[in-house]
Amino acid sequence: MSMIQVGHLKSTLPLALAVLVGAAVSAWAASSEADFKAAYAAAEAANTEAGILRNQWTVTATALAEARKAAEKGDFDQAVTSSKEAEALAKASIFQAIQEKEAWKALEIR
Amino acid sequence: MARFFHTVLALTALTFAVAPPAVAETSDPVADATAFRKYFTEKFPQVKLEDFVNGAYAIDEAMRRQWQAIEQFPPYEFSLETGKEMFAQPFRNGKHYADCFPNGGVGIRQDFPYFDAKEGKVVTLELALNKCREANGEPPLAYDKEEMAALTAYMAFTSRGKPFDIKIPDDPRAREAYENGKRYFYTRRGQLNFSCASCHVQTPGERLRAEVLAPALGILNAMPIYRSEWGGMGTVSRRFITCNSQVRGVPLEPQAEEYRDLEYFLSYVSNGLPISGPGARP
Repeated sequence: MSMIQVGHLKSTLPLALAVLVGAAVSAWAASSEADFKAAYAAAEAANTEAGILRNQWTVTATALAEARKAAEKGDFDQAVTSSKEAEALAKASIFQAIQEKEAWKALEIR
Repeated sequence: MARFFHTVLALTALTFAVAPPAVAETSDPVADATAFRKYFTEKFPQVKLEDFVNGAYAIDEAMRRQWQAIEQFPPYEFSLETGKEMFAQPFRNGKHYADCFPNGGVGIRQDFPYFDAKEGKVVTLELALNKCREANGEPPLAYDKEEMAALTAYMAFTSRGKPFDIKIPDDPRAREAYENGKRYFYTRRGQLNFSCASCHVQTPGERLRAEVLAPALGILNAMPIYRSEWGGMGTVSRRFITCNSQVRGVPLEPQAEEYRDLEYFLSYVSNGLPISGPGARP
């Protein structure tokens, strides 16, 4: 092994280790309980708003239940994914309710 | 994944929805009812007007033959008998349901729902029955369960053949209730982005999975109904709740203001068509 190669190894080793450690930490802490709580709170807030508009969707409730179930098992990756899905569904139901305040007239028999 | 797919579909449909034409701020219920009747009689010219109260059976000939056979031994018969007994049974204070209604509660189904000026709200038959019970010290019945269905089945039976006679008094609150019901009927909801009208105006006579969709005209005249799908009787409340669930919308509470107003609207636009309840449906 030449001096240049040894030098190169010395300089890249810490970087490689840092990447490996970083990846490991990242994989280990992909989603924390705090992440789940934040995502779930956002989903719940959106669903509450849909409820005020009298337009909640059953699938939102299902996604929220799935999020809780995953969190209980400690699977925070899945819990966050389900929470985000619930939030997207709740936001779609809010959009629908707002859109329909006027759009319903297009279906009216006249 | 499927949920996201449906959401994307729904949102796409919303995004590309045609802008609604301008409409008068105050609608005319008489004109609405005329237009409603014209729409369905033109869509189904082979169906006699009074036959619209028979739902999909009025449209689909094969189903009609099956229904006529079923009517020889109607599945709602047991419920009807139960309702008759319940109606005659005195409350603990010795009074009866008959004491709460005009004409002893016989032959009055066609007058419900009505707008109660004192309460400022629409009163359905189901609501009136529970008000009667509570006024006599009895606990209310569940709106979506068999006992309420049995009672309304009996009361509907005593009104068979009598035309719906729903009135909208000259009261802005009554007009608002009617408008609210109309708006609910045409408003899309649930993940599937369906309104009541999507099935019962746009596609009656078509199949939704195994079900043939009924036209909205006369759709409440046969209530309450025995549904094979339910394996039992169902009230108007149960029907509305089920419809909401089927489009993946969270149902409102039974006898919510929106549901009562919806019943007011749907009954009004079917004025003149005979009561045919209790009914039987697939």
